[in-house]
Amino acid sequence: MNFETTIGLEVHVELKTHSKMFSPAPVSYGAEPNTQTNVIDWGFPGVLPSINKGAYSYGLMVALALHADITRQTHFDRKNYFYPDNPKAYQITQNEQPLATNGWIEVETDNGKKRIGIAELHIEEDAGKNQHDPDGYSYVDLNRQGTPLIEIVSKPDIETPEEAYQYLEQLRQIVQFTGASDVKMEEGSMRVDTNLSVRPYGQADFGTKTEIKNLNSFNHVRDGLAYEQKRQIQTLMAGGIIQQETRRWDVDKKETILMRVKEGADDYRYFPEPDLPPVTVDDAWIQEVQAALPENPAQRRARYVNEWGIPAYDAGVLTLTLEMANFFEETVAGGADPKLASNWLMGEVSGYLNAEHLELKDTKLTPAHLSKMIQLIEDGTISSKIAKKVFQQIIANDTDPEEWVRAKGMVQESDPAVLTPIITAILDANQQSIDDFHNGKDRAVGFLVGQIMKQTHGQANPKVVNQILMSEIKKR
Amino acid sequence: MDFFKHDLAAIHTQLVNGDLRTSDLVRDTLAGIHATDADLAAFISVNDDAVAAAEAQDAAGIKADAPLAGIPIGIKDNIVTKGLTTTAASKMLANFTPIFDATVVEKLHAAGAITVGKLNMDEFAMGSSTENSAFHPTKNAWDHSRVPGGSSGGSAAAVAAGEIPVALGSDTGGSIRQPAAFNGIVGMKPTYGRVSRWGLIAFASSLDVIGTLTRTVRDSATVLNVIAGHDDRDATSATEPVPDFTAKIGDSIKGMRIALPEEYLGEGVDPKVTERIQAAATQLRALGATVETVSLPHTKYAVPSYYIIASSEASSNLQRFDGIRYGFRAKDVKNLDDVYVRSRSEGFGPEVKRRIMLGTFSLSAGFYDAYFKKAAQVRTLIAQDFAKVFADYDLVMGPTTPTPAFKLGERVSDPVTMYMNDILTIAVNLAGLPAISVPAGFVDGLPVGLQLIGPQFAEPTIYQAAAAFEAANDYVAQIPGGAR
Repeated sequence: MNFETTIGLEVHVELKTHSKMFSPAPVSYGAEPNTQTNVIDWGFPGVLPSINKGAYSYGLMVALALHADITRQTHFDRKNYFYPDNPKAYQITQNEQPLATNGWIEVETDNGKKRIGIAELHIEEDAGKNQHDPDGYSYVDLNRQGTPLIEIVSKPDIETPEEAYQYLEQLRQIVQFTGASDVKMEEGSMRVDTNLSVRPYGQADFGTKTEIKNLNSFNHVRDGLAYEQKRQIQTLMAGGIIQQETRRWDVDKKETILMRVKEGADDYRYFPEPDLPPVTVDDAWIQEVQAALPENPAQRRARYVNEWGIPAYDAGVLTLTLEMANFFEETVAGGADPKLASNWLMGEVSGYLNAEHLELKDTKLTPAHLSKMIQLIEDGTISSKIAKKVFQQIIANDTDPEEWVRAKGMVQESDPAVLTPIITAILDANQQSIDDFHNGKDRAVGFLVGQIMKQTHGQANPKVVNQILMSEIKKR
Repeated sequence: MDFFKHDLAAIHTQLVNGDLRTSDLVRDTLAGIHATDADLAAFISVNDDAVAAAEAQDAAGIKADAPLAGIPIGIKDNIVTKGLTTTAASKMLANFTPIFDATVVEKLHAAGAITVGKLNMDEFAMGSSTENSAFHPTKNAWDHSRVPGGSSGGSAAAVAAGEIPVALGSDTGGSIRQPAAFNGIVGMKPTYGRVSRWGLIAFASSLDVIGTLTRTVRDSATVLNVIAGHDDRDATSATEPVPDFTAKIGDSIKGMRIALPEEYLGEGVDPKVTERIQAAATQLRALGATVETVSLPHTKYAVPSYYIIASSEASSNLQRFDGIRYGFRAKDVKNLDDVYVRSRSEGFGPEVKRRIMLGTFSLSAGFYDAYFKKAAQVRTLIAQDFAKVFADYDLVMGPTTPTPAFKLGERVSDPVTMYMNDILTIAVNLAGLPAISVPAGFVDGLPVGLQLIGPQFAEPTIYQAAAAFEAANDYVAQIPGGAR
């Protein structure tokens, strides 16, 4: 029997605002527990929420970037449940009328491009964090409590784990380029919940789905879904049944493990949040957000190819992350040739990052320094060979490349007035090589250049040396 | 200071003139509270440190343009006060000391008013008799065998007994107006959103309003002038400009059109109360107003709708009292569920639990449409009833309560009869309207109230009519015999 697979993804993205969704407390990652909180975050008696309009605008921005329809008249709802990281015992979210509906993301599949629908995006507040320590106590950190969050829910269009992976890659990239979120799985600013079901080909109803948690990277998502797909098919083939349950991806065992069986739906007793007025999104607001919406990755790629002549593949690599794309553009803005800048970023820089397992921001390299270094190569101040040494210096230290090459005496000698006497002296001392050259032995030139470089401690500009040498040798 | 004889303006004049020192006024007030409250039991806590704040004002002097400067006030104990225990009359918060002031408290203190204590109430404002206080019942200022009404029973009794000139209360379904009526004083529930709810411990967010309990209409307007206005911390607070609420006090009500709904004098209303309201109508006509009978046909659905909406919101609002971060936590708990279940079972009283159960049920999957959603639809119809009447009339009048104050203990075991006591006040909250209760005479020696209801933000018109009615009577001069 053949099966078809249906995958659903619920992606939570934290918005990069200065303050929280419903309180003026600051949003920041990695601070001392409970230092980024106020009475609202603690759910003290008498506190009230206020809507962070900037956060809502960020939500609208993501919705527009995902081609979704903005809900013009909406309100917030309360989702009620008890948990220590949920101080009011309700989460303010959007249940009845999400911020936006009906978006899409395009992914590459073996059969070409495919659009995956987004059912809805809604905006809500994040919960705090519980920490269970070996001392027998549980601790609550409310720093994250109230951080603005959007939840992006896919339509049941994803059919393979690979499509799920592609969807997440595209989603991360699109959201990152809006600037509305860092979308970092490792910091929790992007979190993915998945569900998967299989059904025999042709069956109208979806099969029973299972949820998979603890997926901390896109690779885990792909691997976990692939495992779960296989497990469900094997279970059904063996005459078993799939029950609605939540499973956990075990990274070491490379399998999904049962966490809990779902018995009926949870009852969150949703109702309209009476502490907040309804939200009206008018044309002016949408236009304002649209105007502030930065270029998306595709627009940037097109600009690199059309305006700067960057090959399409290279443009794709440069726009994989917002950080790289911005770095590239700032390097060009500093005066470097776009193609050279692209070559350096894709070559030496990427090589260094891969070798050191670093991200661009973890190095000392700045677009200004890289740009200056490239211009030093362009104007002949340093050779490509020297440039590699300079690069090692500026990526590891906050060093001005021009000052550094001058201080280290690495400036290339390009002055014919300096180089000509040296070259003529070497020619004078090597009559045999001159003879060999005239007899058609090109190797002689290589020997002579070697001598010149030795004499100049490698600082002679090879291009200039070549020109002078050829004209001098032909005179003899 | 005899608060029966001196209104806020009179006290203010003495303070400005230097005939009276703030510290003496406050010391005198605190002494009066300690003497009277031993029996009346209107306060949950008394702020003896108020003398220090008063002494600071002695030094600074009282400015003529600060009508509340140096005035002692009482605050209902569901309004948070920085550094002063705020309990909402619940065991759950028996030892809870807030770290910030409610907006109204901030504003009153900025205006120079001095908080002398926190007033008793029904637990989390749920009740109509103040018998649901976790600490002690409060007595009616006129008859110590009777309830003061509720939930702002402590606020009403304290003002009516002359302990303090002004108290703040909160009104979710009549909790200011009903105790004001039962104690023969003035209770103002402003328009929903007129006064910031920041710092009011939420009962039902879409209905809760902070208001005033005072001896006179002018005193009420003077206090509302200080506490009203938009607050960025309360997204439901109105941006409507704040007028001078005293401006129309003293103006004639000649030509004012007043509607008297037939439903407000119908079944369940004590005929002697009806008699007082008809007498009031006659007086208002004599003052130049027209009074005509109208219909508010959905009035009978107000009580069931209210108990669904208010309890639903309450069930969610009160979830934060979970024993985790502040307030009561049960002893010897074994695990997380134990913390929740036992802390809430032991920390909440029976009426609060009843409403949490009712609200939780009304919001549950499968029941939401039949209960919460239906109640919300009825609420719209009730608001439309009023809107239709206000197309032709300036105000609506009626009794505040169907009966005068009942006996302590009489209705404790009969919640439905207790709920029906609010039938005349609840629709006003559902529609978000302003309404006042002013003394309208006595039935069998007990005060009853005239309720005047206006369209949204029509507080000045309400004060105008209430002041005219007050001036036409001598009820302000009548004081409870059993209080002192």
